Amino acid sequence: MQAIGGYGLQIEVLLVEDNPGDARLTQEAFREANASIRMHVACDGVEAMAFLRHEGEHFHAPRPDLILLDLNMPKMDGREVLALIKADDSLKLIPTVILTTSDSAADIAHSYELQANCYLNKPVQLAEFETLVKSINDFWLTKVRLPQRLPT
Amino acid sequence: MSTIGAGDRPIEVLLVEDSPGDVRLTQEAFRDANRAIHLHVATDGVEAMAFLKKEGAHADAPRPDLILLDLNLPKMDGREVLAHIKGDSALNLIPIVILTTSNSEADIVKSYQLRANCYLSKPVQLDEFESLVRSINDFWLTKAKLPHAQVG
Repeated sequence: MQAIGGYGLQIEVLLVEDNPGDARLTQEAFREANASIRMHVACDGVEAMAFLRHEGEHFHAPRPDLILLDLNMPKMDGREVLALIKADDSLKLIPTVILTTSDSAADIAHSYELQANCYLNKPVQLAEFETLVKSINDFWLTKVRLPQRLPT
Repeated sequence: MSTIGAGDRPIEVLLVEDSPGDVRLTQEAFRDANRAIHLHVATDGVEAMAFLKKEGAHADAPRPDLILLDLNLPKMDGREVLAHIKGDSALNLIPIVILTTSNSEADIVKSYQLRANCYLSKPVQLDEFESLVRSINDFWLTKAKLPHAQVG
């Protein structure tokens, strides 16, 4: 499958997650699932937007192929980040997957309204979480055709 | 939680595909992957919209949990169907997976611009196609949280 790997480049994934433990577990699970993923972590919505807009210390940040976005975060929450991404012509094609502990029907519906590409519930059990990460990798980073990165 | 797949109701999937052979293969692959799926077929874009709007022969059509949409279709093509669905507030939360033989970068970008939830290239090899169907089932119909069907 040459969806992204076809560039011979690393797959850039931006994880927006405020809980350091969850960020670490996610990084480890992706590392096991696919060695060509380079995962970047933003720990709140403000940092995520700075990364995506190459601001400040993120001047050299790559454009992510996929964004994994938590909903409940300090400073700027995931709903606001999602709305900003999907309203920005230079960012809105980047698939944005909600990855959150929230199971609320309101959060699910609202996320799809805000044009999330899909919504995933983070399982509490580590084994289930690792299975979910494998599915994200298998589906989004292997099977799905992502829009090509524009030269920057 | 009436999460789909929990066994309390079937999973309604609308396949929009004009090739009878591809329809048959897709039906068989989904049947093997997940017994709880009701796969409905529309063979062109006009019929897909009639199904979604419960018009004519489709008065009793269920609201799909997921739509699999080919791009090149007679009467009304998939891009137009996608634009209609995502422009209709009664339908725009239904996740739409583009499933097409087109590999063109223009089609990929255009589909994401029109708010397709994801884009998949249909493999020519049958075993690869079956593997793709299993991934769609695993990801969208097992792992992803879909917005609840609205009553009415």
